[in-house]
Amino acid sequence: MARITLDKLAHSYKPNPSGPGDYALKEIDHVWRQGGAYALLGPSGCGKTTLLNIISGLVTPTRGRILFDDDDVTGRPTEARNIAQVFQFPVVYDTMTVRENLAFPLKNRGVARDVIRRRVDEIAGLLDLTRSLDRKASNLTADAKQKISLGRGLVRPDVAAILFDEPLTVIDPHLKWQLRSTLKELHRRLDITMIYVTHDQTEALTFADTVVVMHDGAVVQAGTPDQLFDRPAHTFVGHFIGSPGMNVLPCRVDGALATVEGHPVTLAHAYPALDAARVELGIRPEFIRLAPRGAGLPVRVRRIDDIGRARIARVELGACALSAMAPDGVALDGDEASLSLDPSRIHVYADGRLVAPAGAIA
Amino acid sequence: MTKPLDNRAWLLVVPVFAIVAFSAVLPLMTVVNYSVQDTFGNNQFFWNGVGWFKELLDPATDLGGRFFAALWRTLLFSAIILAIQVPLGIVVALSMPREGWTVALCLVLMALPLLIPWNVVGTIWQVFGRGDIGLMGWGLNRLGFDYNYNGGVIAAWFTIVLMDVWHWTSLVALLCYAGLKSIPDAYYQAARIDGASRWAVFTTIQLPKMRRVLLIAVLLRFMDSFMIYTEPFVLTGGGPGNATTFLSIDLVKIALGQFDLGKAAALSIVYNLIILAVCWVFYTVMTHAGADRGVRGDPAAGEAPDHAVPPATTIPLDRRAA
Amino acid sequence: MSLVLEQVSKIVGAETHLRDVSLTLERGSLNVLLGATLAGKTTLMRLMAGLDVPSSGRVIADGRDVTGLPVRRRNVAMVYQQFINYPSLSVYENIASPLRVAGLPRAEIESRVREAAALLRLEPYLDRKPLQLSGGQQQRTAIARALVKRANLVLLDEPLANLDYKLREELREELPRIFAASGAVFVYATTEPSEALLLGGNTATLHQGRVTQFGPTPEVYRRPRDVVTAQVFSDPPLNTLRAVKQGGALALGTGGEARALGAFAGVPDGSYLVGFRAHHLELDPPSGEAIVLPSTVTVSEITGSESYVHLACGGHAFVALVPGVRRLEPGTTVDASIDPRRLFLFDESGALASGDLAQAA
Repeated sequence: MARITLDKLAHSYKPNPSGPGDYALKEIDHVWRQGGAYALLGPSGCGKTTLLNIISGLVTPTRGRILFDDDDVTGRPTEARNIAQVFQFPVVYDTMTVRENLAFPLKNRGVARDVIRRRVDEIAGLLDLTRSLDRKASNLTADAKQKISLGRGLVRPDVAAILFDEPLTVIDPHLKWQLRSTLKELHRRLDITMIYVTHDQTEALTFADTVVVMHDGAVVQAGTPDQLFDRPAHTFVGHFIGSPGMNVLPCRVDGALATVEGHPVTLAHAYPALDAARVELGIRPEFIRLAPRGAGLPVRVRRIDDIGRARIARVELGACALSAMAPDGVALDGDEASLSLDPSRIHVYADGRLVAPAGAIA
Repeated sequence: MTKPLDNRAWLLVVPVFAIVAFSAVLPLMTVVNYSVQDTFGNNQFFWNGVGWFKELLDPATDLGGRFFAALWRTLLFSAIILAIQVPLGIVVALSMPREGWTVALCLVLMALPLLIPWNVVGTIWQVFGRGDIGLMGWGLNRLGFDYNYNGGVIAAWFTIVLMDVWHWTSLVALLCYAGLKSIPDAYYQAARIDGASRWAVFTTIQLPKMRRVLLIAVLLRFMDSFMIYTEPFVLTGGGPGNATTFLSIDLVKIALGQFDLGKAAALSIVYNLIILAVCWVFYTVMTHAGADRGVRGDPAAGEAPDHAVPPATTIPLDRRAA
Repeated sequence: MSLVLEQVSKIVGAETHLRDVSLTLERGSLNVLLGATLAGKTTLMRLMAGLDVPSSGRVIADGRDVTGLPVRRRNVAMVYQQFINYPSLSVYENIASPLRVAGLPRAEIESRVREAAALLRLEPYLDRKPLQLSGGQQQRTAIARALVKRANLVLLDEPLANLDYKLREELREELPRIFAASGAVFVYATTEPSEALLLGGNTATLHQGRVTQFGPTPEVYRRPRDVVTAQVFSDPPLNTLRAVKQGGALALGTGGEARALGAFAGVPDGSYLVGFRAHHLELDPPSGEAIVLPSTVTVSEITGSESYVHLACGGHAFVALVPGVRRLEPGTTVDASIDPRRLFLFDESGALASGDLAQAA
């Protein structure tokens, strides 16, 4: 059990990093609360695996410190940190039974036999593995193997954190649902810090209390799933979370009025004068209403995708492409339509970063 | 997955049948033919039935005694070779670098002995072991050892074993290295997290993952060492006395030295059968060792499902790892 | 080309991989094979390509029986889940490779490669090596190589499965446009219902080696022939409960009751399995003729722009998929409701008795 603190951490795979471009992981300050369920979310190559490896001790950071509670573990090897890890591909010891697999970490640490037995039985019960305890681990399905990898972490009573590296990659779609609920259930019962790395927003958002979104080696936002959805701190977050992602439109902002492609858009708040190379307006498709031609922004409808539970209209406003939710039963007149935007859901971004309205507390 | 059947494809195999018949089946039948006959030269043959085989397998006879002595010698040699080369090969493979330019260097150095022809290897060690001009022989004598591979039985065996270890250990090492390279990093990381010792990593991850290549290595090394001929022939010619007269050397002595074709033919056949039998035993033991004959019929416990499963659509691990 | 499969089965040893599959794929059509892993999608594709010969049944292309014809002699292209490209060749040479093999004149190759590259937005990368590209670009290269051949039959076996979430979304939106530009028969295997819906065309649902239904995608989705098809074509999983219809009323296994209106008024009395999709279960106050299911929230999860709310209701577990962010504490009681027209009624054999008629009409 521990709180994990990342203190001005940065990492470069190059021996003498000069500019920020050389860093696979740019400076990060973050505290992982004891008992929290976290997700590290980002596309391939965003630095999330590097960060995970630094926490587990497989990589020593170029700069900064990592603390477990108040204990500096920066230079310590993996085996000296109390962490467990579940990998993308299931790792089990082929020659051993499930019981021997689960007992392995305790046996290596010289724990008494009857203690091991009790602990293994307990964990097997928790993971629903009791019935296969005496089977060879190599004969089990991928999801059972992932449970064994997880179990080898859970048997250790001193484990501070469990790290997951895209653990559902090789699991069948139908079983993903089950395994995900097992993980959540375990987290609720065991009070262990869990950090889950993935590129899949559904896995991240359903698992975690706090999602840390990474982009290009830096943390762009850390927040609850609601915060990421309602107030993306960066256009990247808006785009990455949600499907389809947030619409981002280049605009000019003048007080409480924005101009997009020559059309005025009313904002809910007034904004200060923005001194940025790129000013954009962000709004999610869910907060745009598509209606037959009339008041609102005039757009051309390229096509409407029916995804079963909803219909998504792909439209063009001048040179900008947008997505909007098309309500059932909207009859369009040709390919022309109009959009109305919910002003309270519009965010303004300067050079990609969210801008607070004038007068608001930053 | 089955391929479309086209029976004309069998025509393509015909040349192979012809070649195999010419190069293997016909000579073998000739040998079988010789083994049941006796000759006094002049190409005159007499029917001898299983007489040669009886004599060969009866240690009381001259031929039988000679055969069993050579057989035990050969088996002992193979046992020593396997006992040294397999563990040594594993150790060498484990200590090889896993990446960087040194990998290529190691591979080239290790491949060198494998590229040298057998008789050249024999000659190299013949010179190397000589007391007057050979570095090893001279050195050992200077150190006070009474070393002479033409005189002492121990010295002769020592030299032949050392020569074979030098020649062939890298084969075992290279095979093991290939097996080790195929283990994903995640296994090592998981073992570190589980607090496994170096020895535990070896016994629980590396050895099980190397089992298949080790099987091949053991089979190859057994067959080769059991049939060894050229190197000891060049080095000691089977001596001193008969101390290094292995089965193959004895066979040649009988067949070509004494021109006892019947005896030699019977010996070749028995020799062949022994190799086949031992290989079969090795193969069966090693493929079954560790294989799980686990209980079936407990699907709720998460056993791999017995679906109607084409292999190509299952194994997601393999597909993604590719 | 049109491709017809007649009563095709594939049996290997004691295992039946495919059972009596009959499909007719029209010239220029897009056909989705939807099913879980192991359902038989890849086996079916291999039979279509000629990589395997069926154990029984016939494969007919343009009226000609091609059952035993090897893949070499057919004009087929395939795209796999892994990104398969020649690592030592540039993107241009990768796309050009099937044309070089065919011995086409240089000018023809040049124009066809440019055309395919434009369609797949690969023009800026033509001089790069595949490994210098992102996963999405690598897979585009593989698709371009399949298209440039102008094969009669293009088979795509879960081509987006190995891509990052967002890249998958992007490519998924583009694929229908790319397919529309070609006249070949496209066959696209996927495990994801949403992918099938986005691609449109026709869908064949597969389950344990059987094609359970084949037809235009929206129709299969809205009017599944049986409960298995409905399950295969639902993500999150289909909610089900038992119900008994007697007279004008439908007594639900959860304790509630619904008037047998509209859609299932004509259904004979009896016991049924009722199925409904997660997004039809609403948590907002019901409007009109809704069946109310008083439930307790067990978990609520946000998946991006939507939320899954897991509910317990009279011993049943249901999932509701609601738009936007809905945080409901476990233990909260809600009146979940469903429009009776959204219910599927499956009889004892699993066949659809009625349901969703209003939508189908």
